[in-house]
Amino acid sequence: MTALVEIDSLQKHFPVGGGLFGRGKKQVRALDGVSLSIEKGEILSVVGESGSGKTTLGRTVLRLTDPTAGAIRFEGQDITSLSRRALRPFRQRMQLVFQDPFASLNPRQTVEQIVATPLAIHAGGSSATEKRERVADMLRLVGLQPHHADRYPHELSGGQRQRVGIARALILNPSFLVADEPVSALDVSIQAQVVNLLLELKEKLGLTILFIAHDLAVVGHISDRIAVMYLGRVVEVAETGTLFRSPRHPYTEALFSAAPIPDPTVRRSRVLLQGDIPSPIDPPSGCAFRTRCRHALPECATVVPPLRQVGPGHLSACIRDDIALQASIA
Amino acid sequence: MSSSIFDSSPGDSNPGGDFAAREAAIALPPRNTALRRFCRHRLAMAGAIIIAILVLGSYLGPYLIPYDDTFIDIMQRFAPPFSGAHILGTDELGRDMLARLMMGGRISLAVGFTAMVISMGIGILVGAIAGYYGGIVGAALMRFVDAVLCFPSIFLLLALAALIEPGVASITLLIAATAWMDVARIVEGQIRGLRERDFAVAAEALGASDLRIVFRELVPNAVAPIVVAATLNVAKAILLESYVSYLGYGIQPPTPSWGNMLNNAQIYLTSAPWLAILPGLFITLAVTSFNFLGDGLRDALDPRMENH
Ligand SMILES: Nc1ncnc2c1ncn2[C@@H]1O[C@H](COP(=O)(O)OP(=O)(O)OP(=O)(O)O)[C@@H](O)[C@H]1O
Ligand code: SF4
Ligand SMILES: [Mg+2]
Repeated sequence: MTALVEIDSLQKHFPVGGGLFGRGKKQVRALDGVSLSIEKGEILSVVGESGSGKTTLGRTVLRLTDPTAGAIRFEGQDITSLSRRALRPFRQRMQLVFQDPFASLNPRQTVEQIVATPLAIHAGGSSATEKRERVADMLRLVGLQPHHADRYPHELSGGQRQRVGIARALILNPSFLVADEPVSALDVSIQAQVVNLLLELKEKLGLTILFIAHDLAVVGHISDRIAVMYLGRVVEVAETGTLFRSPRHPYTEALFSAAPIPDPTVRRSRVLLQGDIPSPIDPPSGCAFRTRCRHALPECATVVPPLRQVGPGHLSACIRDDIALQASIA
Repeated sequence: MSSSIFDSSPGDSNPGGDFAAREAAIALPPRNTALRRFCRHRLAMAGAIIIAILVLGSYLGPYLIPYDDTFIDIMQRFAPPFSGAHILGTDELGRDMLARLMMGGRISLAVGFTAMVISMGIGILVGAIAGYYGGIVGAALMRFVDAVLCFPSIFLLLALAALIEPGVASITLLIAATAWMDVARIVEGQIRGLRERDFAVAAEALGASDLRIVFRELVPNAVAPIVVAATLNVAKAILLESYVSYLGYGIQPPTPSWGNMLNNAQIYLTSAPWLAILPGLFITLAVTSFNFLGDGLRDALDPRMENH
């Protein structure tokens, strides 16, 4: 396996508040040193509570947000500080699907215009009929009818809109896709269809996907590996089965046990997450999770625990090896 | 990990869908607002019809009446309206008032429209740059707009008019130069809001140029307020032209405009009041009609009410 995307100690701090001339400005540490590598052809899911930095991670990796520090390599090339012009060729190869299928489509454009936009930007040479055909092919591929081409977004259902968003993202045949909670705004009955469509397209087009999600059932269904984020840091990464069977970070245990149990015959006690996620402006010292961790020790406040290997392909950022955590499935 | 929701087959079983339901809830206004909208629309319709009559009358009318606006009928000076061959009477030189109002209308309406187009161009450009780039550039541009807005536009206009040779083209440019700031503000606010929206991020993720993002993705979503501002701007420009011409700094006689006809009429106010009343009436008609049209468009173009 080779890495398609390598993320190295990525940081993104947003300045907030403060006076007119930046006096007393505080920083939101949306990303606080994230390192991940995304292998060719895999689906790597990122999970974590709201505000943990998942969206920021996806957008920073695509260089839609400028990182504060760290590096991003795409197909071996460092794209961390490329100019917008220099990024253009990369834009064809990495794309984004949004959470809100309404906000992500221009309400003033027809489906045809929306899906043809990438061609207008990158395939200037091809003729109008060629473009029309490619759009029609793409619409068919995502399960839409030819007559949808002339519709406006508000005439479509949520699921259909999301298919349009997927068509726009994939028409240039990218190798890497960031899907930022692509189904969480949809009806439950439609979620499965869109997830299955993504899986199908992934196989057909040989995609690599960074899948951002809230819903652990979806994540368990589709991912090869899962990264768990807490307050701008990755606290655990492992293969999907491993993470569900033997989580090594107390936050993973708590997060997973808070999720509804897919199989009601399985009995499991719930490890509750107490309190709210602390502010990313002033995160706790040492292990950021210590304020809510039921295994916390005084030492947890001193140093930030680094991600270290706890098993094959399994990394965790907890100083305690001596605790037995509860698996979310048997 | 097989959970039941993944077993259904593709193809939406729920075409109305979550979001459609949410929109429907927004799109149904309570009854009385619909009624109000209808009443406003009647005024807007009246405005549109009056504007059409004024435009057609000014441009075609002169071919249909027997008098030329420069023809001096020395025997018929100060003929009151509806009293003889000259339907709307004559002025101090015996020129036909209707003919002069039509020719004056050509100038006043043309100045109004042209000034609107130019001011919209400047306003959209400045507003789009400030709203899209934001930061120091945006702040500097908008503070400049605020600074220019601090001067009442009539003083600004008079100060500038006193410095230049008055003519139709220069007056048009001057009016445009004092009327673009509101447009810039409106467009700046719209673009600043729209650029954060996901579809703008999507365009950026596709590698679209700034020009493309602004003019293909963002500005089309701001057409409603832009069209409304344009309509109100015509009214404002016609009014400004009248002010400066009335004060003698605008369009110079013998070229007639509604404004300078008013200027001429001052000394005969008691003896021949129609010389002032008629151009005043046309200015009022044109300005209110454009204002009503603008109000009506504001309601009609409300994006939530829109149906493609
Ligand atoms: N443009 C911004 N300016 C300031 N703060 C921001 C900005 N974008 C994100 N943040 C902050 O960064 C943190 C991480 O946000 P992010 O949207 O990445 O979280 P998330 O994990 O995607 O959350 P959610 O599950 O709600 O989508 C949050 O505290 C958020 O308030
Ligand atoms: S390092 Fe300490 S506080 Fe952090 S997760 Fe491990 S035990 Fe809990
Ligand atoms: Mg998010």
